[in-house]
Amino acid sequence: MKRFFQAMLTAAALTLGVNAVAVLPAHALVEIDVNKGNIEPLPIAVTDFLSSDALGAEITGVIAADLQRSGLFAPIDKGAFIEKISNPDAAPRFEDWKVINAQALVTGRVTQEADGRLRAEFRLWDTFAGEQLLGEQFFANKANARRIAHIIADAIYERLTGEKGYFDTRIVYIDESGPKNQRVKRLAIMDQDGANVRYLSNGKAIVLTPRFSPTRQEITYMSYEGGEPRVYLLQIETGQRELVGNFPGMTFAPRFSPDGQKVIMSLLREDGNSNIFAMDLRSRTTTRLTNSNSIDTSPSYSPDGSRVVFTSDRGGQPQIYVMGADGSGQTRISFGGGSYSTPVWSPRGDLIAFTKQTGGEFQIGVMRIDGSGERILSTGFQQEGPTWAPNGRYIMFFREAAGSGGPKLYSIDLTGRNEQPVPTQNYGSDPAWSPLLE
Amino acid sequence: MRGIAAMTRNPLIVALFLTLAIAGCANKKTPNNAADLGLAGGAATPGSAKDFTVNVGDRIFFDTDSSVIRADAQGILTRQAQWLNQYRQYAIVIEGHADERGTREYNIALGARRAAATRDFLAARGVNASRMKTISYGKERPVAVCDDISCWSQNRRAVTTLSGAGS
Repeated sequence: MKRFFQAMLTAAALTLGVNAVAVLPAHALVEIDVNKGNIEPLPIAVTDFLSSDALGAEITGVIAADLQRSGLFAPIDKGAFIEKISNPDAAPRFEDWKVINAQALVTGRVTQEADGRLRAEFRLWDTFAGEQLLGEQFFANKANARRIAHIIADAIYERLTGEKGYFDTRIVYIDESGPKNQRVKRLAIMDQDGANVRYLSNGKAIVLTPRFSPTRQEITYMSYEGGEPRVYLLQIETGQRELVGNFPGMTFAPRFSPDGQKVIMSLLREDGNSNIFAMDLRSRTTTRLTNSNSIDTSPSYSPDGSRVVFTSDRGGQPQIYVMGADGSGQTRISFGGGSYSTPVWSPRGDLIAFTKQTGGEFQIGVMRIDGSGERILSTGFQQEGPTWAPNGRYIMFFREAAGSGGPKLYSIDLTGRNEQPVPTQNYGSDPAWSPLLE
Repeated sequence: MRGIAAMTRNPLIVALFLTLAIAGCANKKTPNNAADLGLAGGAATPGSAKDFTVNVGDRIFFDTDSSVIRADAQGILTRQAQWLNQYRQYAIVIEGHADERGTREYNIALGARRAAATRDFLAARGVNASRMKTISYGKERPVAVCDDISCWSQNRRAVTTLSGAGS
């Protein structure tokens, strides 16, 4: 991703000459302890960035919406604001913000450079300590105004929670339209908040299960084009496509290795069972990881690449197993009753998200990598396919309520208390979260 | 028989054929053939794709999360094998399908296993393996769309489709 965006975006720290410093104060009063069980959202005032047009308010609207959806922040209604920020270079009247219980305050300005680029400056204030926590500026093409907003929201999130943000990311998913028995499926990509939808396939062939490369503007997915269901690679920016390997049978359930150099996937055997293989994209060599008379599928690497979690029905029904990246030591880890599938290793490495079917319902949950500590985050009539935000705190999945006609995307945090619909134009399924853009 | 046109010269044969075709349909009260799924449009020429679909039954059904050929399906597949061995001009694609009550990737694998089990059953009854291909659609191509067991049981299926007719 780096190569693509490098030219567009530059950032610089802003310091305020008057009475505040940009040095991060170790004693800041305003911080969110994200490890507390019950998180009280932090009241924050996001003021409209000064600008000669509507762009300033547009950008702050995106920032406030990002922060709100995280569940960790409670943006204060603008109608309650007392001070009107007229000079974002000067310190605000902290008393005016304390009175409305704004523990953090965001101010800023958007201007246009001589070369046409946008310049966005923002400051984050701790109103109770009376000091500046952050001051930065960004330059970008006008078309990337929303990206600037997401980057600023990430900076605020990171400064106040102590963990990486996840707003400057994208989702690749399957757009679904038409009646259920003639469903048209298209590859689509959008920002994590549902903006900037772009279609990457024409809907003529069934496409399924897209996954982002962790290192490039590339996705791997399954397509039925030409009547042969197989795994493909797609360059997002050029549209260039390529078959992954030349196997005699169907290939499916692809995912990248953490270094982006391998695709791990299922290969159908002649006898109707499916085993897991990894293909090195440079050398084109393939390695067999499982060899069981069962369905082995949905492989997902650990973030260090040393292990793989997958689904197998070798014990009679689908359950979750972990093995070494060379196929060694295949061990079942799910024992909670019911069947388990679609395991996905957390980017933090500590948890595995899964779909569980029990009692006629579908659940999205997480467990530790040894199978202990299972927690169900969401239960519904039909839901599946978790994908992790890059900071490992949020999960996106898709759900079809009974009688609703089609699936929609949702996100939920690890507490299970903050569930949010993710807007899509049509029905949506098979979401995959990108890494943070660079 | 080459077709209806060739037979219409003799009204007696036409009448006889129609009687047989109707009797054939009436005897199949299981939901396991296309006539009961609304695909029948009248009598079909023996040896035609319609004959296969209507009079033999092009599909079998499976239990939840199973690729075992059920007893009721064995009769259909045995008839399929007899028909396919009689009309050898067809190439065969066996589609494996799953209901929606499973996750996507697992159901693709499950559909593949159902298609393979169907293929193996036909091969064991003399259908040449080189005529048969399999494809899994997982849960992507439901025929019945409702949110209960009455639809799911129709979607857990393997469909034997014909191609290369007349070659």
